[in-house]
Amino acid sequence: MAHVRPSERTQRVPPSGIRRFFELAEEIDDVISLGVGEPDFTAPWSAREAAIDSLERGKTSYTANRGMKELRNAIAANVAERYDLDYDPDEEIIVTAGASEAIDVAFRALVDPGDRVAVAQPSYISYVPGVIFAGGDPLRVPTREADDFKLTPEVLDEHGADEADALVLCYPNNPTGAIMTREELAPIAAFAREHDLTVLSDEIYAELTYGREHTSIATLPGMRERTVVFNGFSKAYAMTGLRLGYALAPPETISAMNRIHQYSLLSAPTTAQYAALDALEHGEGAVAEMRTQYDRRRRFVLSRFGEMGIECFEAEGAFYVFPESPWPDAEAFAEALLDEQRVAVVPGDVFGAGGEGHLRVSYATGLDDLREAMDRIEAFLE
Amino acid sequence: MSVRDEVLSLLCENARHSIADLARLTDADESEVEETIEELEAEGVIRGYGAVVDWRRTDDEPVRALVECNVTLDRETGYDDIADRLAKFPEVESLRLVSGDYDFSMGVRADSMGEVSRFVAEKVAPVPEITQTVTHYLMATYKEQGIEFDDGHDDDDRLSVSP
Ligand SMILES: Cc1ncc(COP(=O)(O)O)c(C=O)c1O
Repeated sequence: MAHVRPSERTQRVPPSGIRRFFELAEEIDDVISLGVGEPDFTAPWSAREAAIDSLERGKTSYTANRGMKELRNAIAANVAERYDLDYDPDEEIIVTAGASEAIDVAFRALVDPGDRVAVAQPSYISYVPGVIFAGGDPLRVPTREADDFKLTPEVLDEHGADEADALVLCYPNNPTGAIMTREELAPIAAFAREHDLTVLSDEIYAELTYGREHTSIATLPGMRERTVVFNGFSKAYAMTGLRLGYALAPPETISAMNRIHQYSLLSAPTTAQYAALDALEHGEGAVAEMRTQYDRRRRFVLSRFGEMGIECFEAEGAFYVFPESPWPDAEAFAEALLDEQRVAVVPGDVFGAGGEGHLRVSYATGLDDLREAMDRIEAFLE
Repeated sequence: MSVRDEVLSLLCENARHSIADLARLTDADESEVEETIEELEAEGVIRGYGAVVDWRRTDDEPVRALVECNVTLDRETGYDDIADRLAKFPEVESLRLVSGDYDFSMGVRADSMGEVSRFVAEKVAPVPEITQTVTHYLMATYKEQGIEFDDGHDDDDRLSVSP
């Protein structure tokens, strides 16, 4: 008999659909996976060396709760230069164990039991559980393919987001690869101001846009004071395993987040902070090179899908495309493709409302494998 | 990047990309890619295509050496003239004019150390403008044209499906 009874809130979160596909894929040999949500590159050597060097110098203690001062300074300088975001390194930045921790802490710091949090979907799978763990009520707002999966005030209205306390959005988006321009963000910002919503903006893919520069919603008029921006090193610098991210927000928000972070984490991993500092100082070339490679693969995959007659809107960010499933049942298609051709893709509904009938195809995979995977998909369709 | 720059950069990474794939990778038409390559070849930008080989893994690893050459110039003879003569020898794989303590850095390849030595002694050193040569035999190659010659144990250890 079990002596431990899991809390009711853990039971409110259903098992992850990603997990199920992972288990299916693990059972088959020689799978080419287009189902991976992290870069296939390794962290820039210079950043890795900085981490090693920090260990050699014995930098193995905790850092300040909010992260090393030098790192916060470097983050402030970087986001100012890259995205026109102006944040005080002492009061408005907190360094966390991945953007994941920042997101979790933000929900716990900002959401009270019963608060409604609108989550634009399809999107990264942590937001809804995060809201639930914080005691809030998630409100799923599906974006539409007709809008290229960009969020619009119409869908916010239609799904009752005007009644919500907060709004979570993620552009460039996982899983769709959609981005939003300043013009497209403007009505969302207006909606947030009008209905007094706190905005949680996950911008972890900000460095990975192809053609158009990233715009942060926090740079729109009247938005800075109501927005928390999440970013990190996992995607841009291929540093997923180092677990380092950060949040940018006004002082009261960062203070509230730090109140939780200081007890749950104390401080983000020190070695990773040294790697991140180096990445900000010397990583620009590596990021540009990875962006070039991703962009080529993006075009390659979009072209191949086009030739196969698979409908796919032109994703402009992250490292995903989100084609329509050739069969109406995307899950059945993904399973059959895995079974018969050993290619893993993820059915879109795993990422929430609006993802049905689609597939997330990650191009964070070398060109040779990508080519082979596309050949196999083509063979499967014939 | 222009299509021309993109095509060039892609071919440097992998000269075996098909025209169709190059078109997909650059978002250009196949005909445009084909014309671009023809242009690059005609203009002498692209000089050839070859494989990057780790000779240690073959049965007949050739002997290679880097030969530093010092030269004296006079009114009639410039670097280009000397380079022209040296480059004609099939044993010379690469030839570069460099700054620093010597003038030319010459890559030589032959079937044995004896052959390399004979070549330097009998063909290079006697060139009147060459005042000195220093021969370095290559002992191991770790990286060439951006490709590391390690054991390739950079297996993909990512989870096969992740959020
Ligand atoms: C949209 C999005 N946000 C956050 C994360 C988590 O990032 P981190 O590694 O910084 O925790 C991911 C990882 O897949 C992601 O796709």
